Amino acid sequence: MTDIAALPEPHPATPRPTRSYLGAGSDLRSWLLTTDHKRIAILYALTLTLFFFIGGAAATLIRIELITPAGDLVSADSYNKLFTLHGVIMVWFFLVPAIPTTFGNFILPMAVGASDVAFPRLNLLSWYLTVAGGLLALVSLLVGGVDTGWTFYTPYSTLYSNSYVTLAAAGVFVAGFGTIATGVNMIVTVHVLRARGMRWMRLPLFVWSIYATSIIMVLATPALAVALLMIVVDRLFGLSLFDPDQGGDPIIFQHVFWFYSHPAVYIMILPGMGVVTEIITCFARRRVFGYEAMVFAILGIAIFSFFVWGHHMFVSGQSAWASLVFSILSFVVAVPSAIKVFNWSATLYGGHITFEASMLYALGFLGLFTLGGLTGLFLASIPIDVHVHDTYFVVAHFHYIMVGAMVTAFFGGLHFWWPKVTGRHYSEPWARLAAILMFVGFNFTFFPQFILGYLGMPRRYHSYPPEFQIWHVLSSAGAVILALAYLVPLVYLTLSLRYGRRAGDNPWHASGLEWATTSPPPRDNFVIPPTVDTDPYAYHAAHEEPSERDESGGDHQSSRKDEMP
Amino acid sequence: MNSILSLAQASENARSFDTLLLVLVLFSLAIVTLVGTLVLVFSIRYRKGSKVTRHRVPRLLSHQIEWGWTSATVFVALFFFWGAASIMVRQLDPPPDAMEIHVEAKQWMWKARHPNGTREINALHVPMGQPVKLYLDSQDVIHSFFVPAFRLKQDVVPGRTATTWFTATEPGTYHLFCAEFCGTSHSQMTGEIVVMEPEDFSAWLANRPEGDTLVAEGRKLFTTAGCSGCHAEGSDVHAPDLNGVAGRRVALADGRVVTADDAYLRDSILLPARDVVAGYAPIMPDFGGILETGEVTALVAYLRSLGTQEGETP
Repeated sequence: MTDIAALPEPHPATPRPTRSYLGAGSDLRSWLLTTDHKRIAILYALTLTLFFFIGGAAATLIRIELITPAGDLVSADSYNKLFTLHGVIMVWFFLVPAIPTTFGNFILPMAVGASDVAFPRLNLLSWYLTVAGGLLALVSLLVGGVDTGWTFYTPYSTLYSNSYVTLAAAGVFVAGFGTIATGVNMIVTVHVLRARGMRWMRLPLFVWSIYATSIIMVLATPALAVALLMIVVDRLFGLSLFDPDQGGDPIIFQHVFWFYSHPAVYIMILPGMGVVTEIITCFARRRVFGYEAMVFAILGIAIFSFFVWGHHMFVSGQSAWASLVFSILSFVVAVPSAIKVFNWSATLYGGHITFEASMLYALGFLGLFTLGGLTGLFLASIPIDVHVHDTYFVVAHFHYIMVGAMVTAFFGGLHFWWPKVTGRHYSEPWARLAAILMFVGFNFTFFPQFILGYLGMPRRYHSYPPEFQIWHVLSSAGAVILALAYLVPLVYLTLSLRYGRRAGDNPWHASGLEWATTSPPPRDNFVIPPTVDTDPYAYHAAHEEPSERDESGGDHQSSRKDEMP
Repeated sequence: MNSILSLAQASENARSFDTLLLVLVLFSLAIVTLVGTLVLVFSIRYRKGSKVTRHRVPRLLSHQIEWGWTSATVFVALFFFWGAASIMVRQLDPPPDAMEIHVEAKQWMWKARHPNGTREINALHVPMGQPVKLYLDSQDVIHSFFVPAFRLKQDVVPGRTATTWFTATEPGTYHLFCAEFCGTSHSQMTGEIVVMEPEDFSAWLANRPEGDTLVAEGRKLFTTAGCSGCHAEGSDVHAPDLNGVAGRRVALADGRVVTADDAYLRDSILLPARDVVAGYAPIMPDFGGILETGEVTALVAYLRSLGTQEGETP
């Protein structure tokens, strides 16, 4: 694809022409003061992993509590604090930053052929802001907890809750600036740092998806800041913005909050869609079906995501006509998502498909995203939403999108780019096992919750009527499998750092520019700045049918045989 | 009643709900089958090493395919919107003969008051086949009145009176849940809805101690809270006449013309300076800190009754 791809792999015995980014030092200072986008990505990955397991621990306690109908494991207040902790940590300190700050940071500059992001220092500042916000939120959750739910609905959060709402809101507020800075960085990088010949319509869809996500981050996060600021001033200075006795209106908060939080759902899922496109094309050895349609679908989702927030408020008492408008817009936003699902499926047509772990994750994503998206149609239908709103149906729906689809895509990306990031292979059989466990465990955990929701089980209930128990037990049993599936990669990925086989520069024979450099890449990514003269996903010429990978069993090759011909 | 797989269908709306749900479930199954089959068939047929011939898709054909499924999806989306919206619009307004029940939500209980003043806590008895319109108020935070068997949910937001309605169709006892997180004992804010045959309901109601009706309580408050000092017919103070005020178009001092609905009446009591009626001095005191939510509800109910038969003949 580029002249760089033809660079010969250096012999292991001879020193590499440039040191990898990991060679720039291993002391704390070299990491904490780095401006290398790849090192910052690693910092993010470690931070987010920590938050993921903290949020996961809360989820585990919740699932154990719900095995019995009585609220017997923890007190009602503790339960309320647990689901708030789970939501706050998972949404703002894992899902929102997950892909943009890790793969976005590590891969995107290489994928457009740049040597770093546009503003490397701002990039480091984003990480510090995220960590500072995360620590504030963690402190608030540890010293006493917050019991409002991650949605902070007023007037409960402003006038009634005796918990550390201000501190938690401040944490999310601070982290929001990190998100905005990351967004700005990605947008500018894509605009000004593309390699020669990397025209807009040659950008990989992963880059498009991060670009669209960044636009949402920059435009929507300020609305979240406003919503949180209003809560804080209301609590600290008694501004009474949401106190009906003083002429305030509790519903205003919901409008501002969902104006951020609905687009935020797409901040979480769009990057996942990008990652999955890279994986499916690579392991099907096939150009993506309908590249232009995919680009417009990504942009369409990003734009429409701003106009559907009212579907969270069908039962809040908003005008019936407003509800109808939000309902039709919510149906319309389903169209680009459906197009993407069909295009991914069609990309498999006529390919030469192999089923490495990352491909298994990507196919799992496809199934879970389809289910999550379809149940979104249920929620866009007003009469159905009236019944299932604030029940486990909604819980199941958004977990299918955010955990089923998005976290699966994250793991897919992790396995796809792991050889690039570390230069090592992980254990493929264990990775495949984890991918299958994750798919099975996820469905086992969350599918019963659709049924629970239809039967009327409200969310955020510490205790519940006994007739719901069977479904809760099933869900908790599935959660055991799911937890295991999340822990297994932690083990084999860590082991691979020491014992993994050398991966070579391009073990999957993938087409992106990031594969055209060494693994792990040098500080400035490319020795010679790359130029681009082909479409993305040039696994075969546009007028020819796909051909097999040019050698057999890429992941069984030693690094020396991995050279591109 | 409820089994572990099916939910009682106890209101008129529940039927149309379940039909719509079934259509959506079948459609989803079809799509999952379609996508699942495509992925599975392609994965097996085009796995690496299989000897089938791979045809390339001509550019024109792939464009046609793309437009085909895009327009099909748009059509399906609009079709479902039409189906769902028409059910919703049909159910917007309660029949005029609906029985009116006032429900007050507070941390963490439901208090109901029947038209004759009979009160209940965490329970609501209703006759079968009779449309029931609920007026819902909250004393503190947002709650949500959720009856799964009726497929009915309505948020109860402090500071505004929410309304919703249902017609029960099956006798039995059903869950009432608070569906909006409201604090420590959110999951204890439950109750039961008891649907009775009309004659059983009459018998039940007759055996209950009758309390003040909401209108009667409002009438008393109108005097004791001091409203009548200015608004009664014989008063010397220049204040608007409230007979038949509910639903009237009112011209305000700042030029706006508003309809005197429940929300307006409530605001005029709690925040009188906001909507001053044209031609009157802004002299009405603020009752926000004086009246409780329930009392405001009673006063509004009384004002609504003024000018109607019930209000004129004490």
